[in-house]
Amino acid sequence: MNTYLQSFDTDWFKGRLTVTMFLVIAVFLVLILRVFYLQIIEGEKYRQLSQNNCIRLQAINAPRGVIYDRNGMLLVDNRPSFNLSIVLKDARPVEETVRKLAAYTGIPEEGFLETIAQEKATTPSYKPILLQQDIGRDILASVEVHQFDLPGVVVDSQPRRHYMHGNAAHVIGYLGEISPAELKSGQYPDARGGEFVGKFGVEKTAESVLRGKDGGRQVEVNAKGQVIQILKTVAATPGHNIHLTIDHDLQKTTEELLKDKVGAAVALSVDTGEILALASSPAFDQNVFVNGLSQDIWDGLISNPFRPMENKVIQGEYPPASTYKIVTALAGLQEGVIDENTTFFCPGYYRFGDRTFRCWRRGGHGTVKVVEALAVSCDVYFYQVGQRLGVDRLAEYARACGLGAPTSVQMGHESGGLIPTSEWKRRRFKVPWQKGETLSIAIGQGYNLVTPLQMAVLVSAVANGGTLYQPMILKSIAEAGSDTIHETDPVPVGQLPVSPENLELVRKGLWEVVNGKRGTARLARVEGIEILGKTGTAQIVSRKKNDQAWEKKLADHHKPHAWFVAYGKRENIGIGVAVIVEHGEHGSRTAAPIARDIIKAYLMEKDEHEAVAVQQ
Amino acid sequence: MDRRLIKNFDWGLLVLTLLLAGVGLVTLHSAVATDPSPLQRMLYVKQLIWYAVGLGAVFIVLLIDYKTMERWAYAIYGGAIGLLVCVLLFGKFVGGSRRWLELGPVSLQPSEVAKIAVIVLLARYYSRVVKAEGLTLRELFLPFLYVVIPFLLIVQQPDLGTGMVVFLISASMTLFVRIEKRTFLCLLLVAVMVAVPGWTLLKDYQRQRILTFLNPDRDPLGAGYHIIQSKIAIGSGQISGKGMMQGTQNTLSFLPEQHTDFIFSVLAEEWGFAGALVLLLLFMALIIWGLNIAYRCKDIFGKVLSVGVTAMVFWQTVINLGMVMGLMPVVGVPLPLISYGGTSILTIMICIGILLNVSMRRFAID
Repeated sequence: MNTYLQSFDTDWFKGRLTVTMFLVIAVFLVLILRVFYLQIIEGEKYRQLSQNNCIRLQAINAPRGVIYDRNGMLLVDNRPSFNLSIVLKDARPVEETVRKLAAYTGIPEEGFLETIAQEKATTPSYKPILLQQDIGRDILASVEVHQFDLPGVVVDSQPRRHYMHGNAAHVIGYLGEISPAELKSGQYPDARGGEFVGKFGVEKTAESVLRGKDGGRQVEVNAKGQVIQILKTVAATPGHNIHLTIDHDLQKTTEELLKDKVGAAVALSVDTGEILALASSPAFDQNVFVNGLSQDIWDGLISNPFRPMENKVIQGEYPPASTYKIVTALAGLQEGVIDENTTFFCPGYYRFGDRTFRCWRRGGHGTVKVVEALAVSCDVYFYQVGQRLGVDRLAEYARACGLGAPTSVQMGHESGGLIPTSEWKRRRFKVPWQKGETLSIAIGQGYNLVTPLQMAVLVSAVANGGTLYQPMILKSIAEAGSDTIHETDPVPVGQLPVSPENLELVRKGLWEVVNGKRGTARLARVEGIEILGKTGTAQIVSRKKNDQAWEKKLADHHKPHAWFVAYGKRENIGIGVAVIVEHGEHGSRTAAPIARDIIKAYLMEKDEHEAVAVQQ
Repeated sequence: MDRRLIKNFDWGLLVLTLLLAGVGLVTLHSAVATDPSPLQRMLYVKQLIWYAVGLGAVFIVLLIDYKTMERWAYAIYGGAIGLLVCVLLFGKFVGGSRRWLELGPVSLQPSEVAKIAVIVLLARYYSRVVKAEGLTLRELFLPFLYVVIPFLLIVQQPDLGTGMVVFLISASMTLFVRIEKRTFLCLLLVAVMVAVPGWTLLKDYQRQRILTFLNPDRDPLGAGYHIIQSKIAIGSGQISGKGMMQGTQNTLSFLPEQHTDFIFSVLAEEWGFAGALVLLLLFMALIIWGLNIAYRCKDIFGKVLSVGVTAMVFWQTVINLGMVMGLMPVVGVPLPLISYGGTSILTIMICIGILLNVSMRRFAID
């Protein structure tokens, strides 16, 4: 018997199939009725709507969040800008309309026709073709006045980023048109081609906060392309406003102090890690980027040997030079290889093996203890501390002080610097570590590289009793359309690996640097403020030859970089500063006065701020 | 092949299929005629090749007795699941989802294979347990597993449209073989018990998404706009249409995906109510024809299999048409035999092949 011959009653199935067929017919009846309704009953209405393709979408741009400084001063806002476009379908006859448009605006028609010829193939005729961006008010006015004569010509307003003071370019960054790679990356889910997104600085790192969500409307237009009815609107969601930790006045002062110099300066609030000012010189004009950057300007920025597009505070990697002696002193004291009373004699040089290591002071410093060694920046003293510690032990302390790794400040493209170890050298150069190299490392030369920001974090930790804070640039986020404010909390990331007593010894040394009789930075003294710091003079080992045109300007390119890291305190307010001036020669002469003025500006004028705050 | 089989060949079904293919070709030609890309304008030639490939597939399906499929049901199902897993692991990302598996020069959509595999396996299972009183809850456990595994894999891709079609086909087959009234009520209760707390547990944006899915009007810049444009296209066709290649909505590319999901709108605009009615009646005839094959088939596996395959054609047609007419949520399901797309045509042609197969072997068992 065939297994497929089932005994089950086929009539039962026939009944169910009949019911199913009726259900199917019923569903199709509904579909037919729907088509009948759309085509016969409502057909006339839809025919008319289809005639001009009347229902169109218009975008509503979401305003991007604006940026304030820590005191509520507006740094970046959006200004309205007007773009001139043409909808070919509505502009017929196109040639005549373009001729009139050229006459009214005074812009040559050739440019318009060229743009139209280019875009025509890929743009549907009902979509606007952009003719001119950011037209001036006079052109806007004449287009508006002659609107009846210019069918299909559309002016739409678009918010454009405006950087109000031209300060803090490296902190704030700028916007630029989204690149194909960024579109593909999936990091900008709402962005379409041609839109502006953050490209640099906070504009980039806080993109998701600042960026709003565009809305749009469905509109009905007449044959001339004019809106006769708004059908549906989806409101745009504005982006959140942000407050930076930057103090605009201090920022301005800092930038002025660095003017005509190549270098960087950064100031932190020692108890929170907030960045009060951050300047990298030379800087660039942010507004150029949003108003249309020409290839020439861009090439100029990129080929400038002083690297204006580099944020030297976080991207510049420099030998720390004598500022590194803070680390060597900390490590030596904490490891017990020296104590408060350990003395070394400095005749102006130190013999190690068959090599002679020089002290920066040819005549030598005589017999010095650690505090004095810091004050006079005695190389011979620290050669011997380094020798007793060994490179790897010293590197451990340097890392614990926050060097050799990015600080994770929210600014992007941060460099980590370099703290060498014997293992690192073996891996990198396939040769063992030479004991003599440790001596160079101990005074901050050799392979050591740090960023100014890392040094500022370190000196702030010395100031606040040992806590390393992650530097902070976003103070708070003010939610758009509500009063909710999200404050950013300070992020402690570590402790200096040192006992309070030993930290106090190092501080004594730094105090002597500025205030002592033999201190290297007596220029940095200010009446009424306690300033402590350390100078540094970073030798330039080698430098790439630049092209001829710049040779002259780079006449001093062999001069050492000048460092000064310091902190100032007044009552309960503390500010930590790191300054580097490229080829500035001596830290004491070029960098120290800049740091001093930054500290002074902040702590002296702080009184006024406070007074204002109290009044409010 | 047996001469008796040739004598019993179901010419009517083949003619219906070819008529629909013809309508599809003409509409597609019109839909892409004004495309700026010359390659796109030649799309209907590619479609013609796919129809030919589809007919080849029909022929191959005819050679194998459908009863062999019953024996191979688990193997087919296992293979389909394997392909679904592969596509999640190695599939090509297109527009944020992984649906395509690249096999040398050919790309394959495993979810299409899965549809047929589920139909065959359910037909095998139900043909063995079916009884007049209806199925009990316990008897529904296995089919639940059969469906839920490929369903979850397809939703992972994510391809909600196809997932929904798999679910609807399975539900139709299950209801067709009948389940106990008690079981039915029980399932209903479970559904409510899952849905109500589930809804409150969802995050707000997820709820918004579901509401927008159910009512495209809530998204006037996206799906809602497409549906409005589609309704304008259909409605503006009025009684006799604007004439071939005269559709303005289409030519100005107001319609999204006018050659795939929204192809009915193009047809309705250019051929009017007359054309739309003809197409709807052709589809209805095709579906009734499929059910009639089940009606005349003598064995239960053949009956349930025919119902399942017909259910697939039915649901894809209804979901697509309902969407473009603004009656249903916006789901990306192509219109069988009409929309452009090789995989879709091949799958439907295989279904037609199965129906022809069952139809011509209806006397073979005597």
